[in-house]
Amino acid sequence: MIRINCPYCGEREHSEFTYGEDATRTTPDNDAPMEEWNKFVYERDNPAGEHIEYWHHAFGCRAWLKVQRNTFTHDISWVGLPHENPEAES
Amino acid sequence: MGQYNALNIAWNALRGHKNWQRAWRDPEPKSNYDVIIIGGGGHGLATAYYLAKNHGITNVAILEKGWIGGGNVGRNTTIVRSNYLLDGNSPFYEHGMNLWRDMAQDLNYNVMFSPRGVMNIAHTKSQYDTFARRANTMRLNGIQAELLSRDEVLEREPIIDGSADTRFPVWGGILQPDAGNARHDAVAWGYARAADQLGVDIIQNCEVIDFIKHGERIIGVKTNRGDIHADKVGMAVAGSSSRLAQKLGIRLPIESHVLQAFVTEPYKPLINGVVTFGAGHFYVSQSDKGGVVFGGDIDGYNTYAQRGNLPVFEDVIAGGLTMMPCLSRLKLLRNWGGVMDMSMDGSPIIDVGPIDGLYLNTGWCYGGFKATPASGYCFAHTIANDEAHELNKAYTLDRFAKGYTIDEKGMGPYPKAH
Ligand SMILES: Cc1cc2nc3c(=O)[nH]c(=O)nc-3n(C[C@H](O)[C@H](O)[C@H](O)COP(=O)(O)OP(=O)(O)OC[C@H]3O[C@@H](n4cnc5c(N)ncnc54)[C@H](O)[C@@H]3O)c2cc1C
Ligand SMILES: [Zn+2]
Repeated sequence: MIRINCPYCGEREHSEFTYGEDATRTTPDNDAPMEEWNKFVYERDNPAGEHIEYWHHAFGCRAWLKVQRNTFTHDISWVGLPHENPEAES
Repeated sequence: MGQYNALNIAWNALRGHKNWQRAWRDPEPKSNYDVIIIGGGGHGLATAYYLAKNHGITNVAILEKGWIGGGNVGRNTTIVRSNYLLDGNSPFYEHGMNLWRDMAQDLNYNVMFSPRGVMNIAHTKSQYDTFARRANTMRLNGIQAELLSRDEVLEREPIIDGSADTRFPVWGGILQPDAGNARHDAVAWGYARAADQLGVDIIQNCEVIDFIKHGERIIGVKTNRGDIHADKVGMAVAGSSSRLAQKLGIRLPIESHVLQAFVTEPYKPLINGVVTFGAGHFYVSQSDKGGVVFGGDIDGYNTYAQRGNLPVFEDVIAGGLTMMPCLSRLKLLRNWGGVMDMSMDGSPIIDVGPIDGLYLNTGWCYGGFKATPASGYCFAHTIANDEAHELNKAYTLDRFAKGYTIDEKGMGPYPKAH
């Protein structure tokens, strides 16, 4: 069972959260070429391993969180707020 | 290797079943093939079979990292149907229905195709109206469909809770009478055996770890069993599509998600056809062995783990018990998960490219079992002729960039919602 340590509420179980999406995508400029928009809207890295993604604490404080989770093991190595990022590994 | 037939069974029975041959060979990989198919799931096996049978290309290898039938082809809930709405999909899946009907004869393998009917239940008037629209569209496309009244639904499946005070009373239903189930691993084994008999090499425990390129063209693959060259390389690795494409620096319009399935202990005949609940996501049928087989939503987050989580487990069971309360008395025997290639519009990709020498088959979401024969048929055509068959010409990779998505549910680019 996935458990997420919400910075506001503490560790809560999976059923309180809904999954958002890949949190590493950045919106292109409005006048960026169509090619870039296509990549943004439709293409995904879909990595096997560490994935940085959004989760919504829908049945808790209702904050959006950024989570680093392994897509093989479901282990969560970092949880922060949407504007934060996990520190690059030294 | 011989045909499977009644005489053969009797002959072998008299000799204590000691003389059966293995169903397909276990060859060492050659260094060179005309075509390599990566992935020995249903789609890869069917593709190799139709390459040999329809296009006379028999110097073909299927490279499977595990064993035949260990992927989604052996993990699904075996529902076969063609009740689609959109033009890109309907003819493709209906052609598949025709192939399903003849499959056992064609492969000389009992795939236990059982057109016992797929019935979706409506719980409100407006839901019933959308079913009427679907039935009309299907019939215009030459696909069988019937609207059912509440009584007809309950007559077909008496264990559905038909009481007026249930939380989601039954309003009516839609039936595709010629849809149903097939035995999933028999489909994998049947295609494997038939392809092998036509000369295809099925190479198990052979993982493709990278591609071999000559300039901008793919000319083979690197595997844990050595380098293997080929004129053409087809990819049919379902949930592993992005991982493999990444080796070529290609980002696909795909996310990998897990879908769970469940089976109970064998029980006497209880459910006649395939039934889906309309007020939640739950679909159920009963296997010929008696197990009640069911599933529901995907877990909803990116994953490559072939196991799911408990919240969806609970949700699926809750849906099932609302529709068929008596299921609560059955013991669950097994639960498992499979990793699926969820595409950005819920429809698949069968295409040439995007690199010379490469052919792509992916994006089956959780509906790719029914597509097995049609996908193999079309992918073989696409590989042999370097262009799509009429039936898969809408399944291009560049449809996203061009704005020609085929989005049955109208969900937009949210793979978890398809
Ligand atoms: C629980 C569940 C229920 C489902 N229910 C239904 C249903 O009722 N009806 C329906 O139509 N569809 C259903 N599906 C979907 C269907 O099973 C899949 O869409 C379909 O099986 C995918 O195609 P495949 O058979 O070729 O995939 P798979 O059987 O997964 O084949 C892909 C193969 O590629 C191999 N592979 C991966 N990477 C490599 C590599 N690098 N080198 C070599 N080999 C590799 C894998 O080991 C695997 O065997 C369900 C799926 C699941 C998981
Ligand atoms: Zn919280």
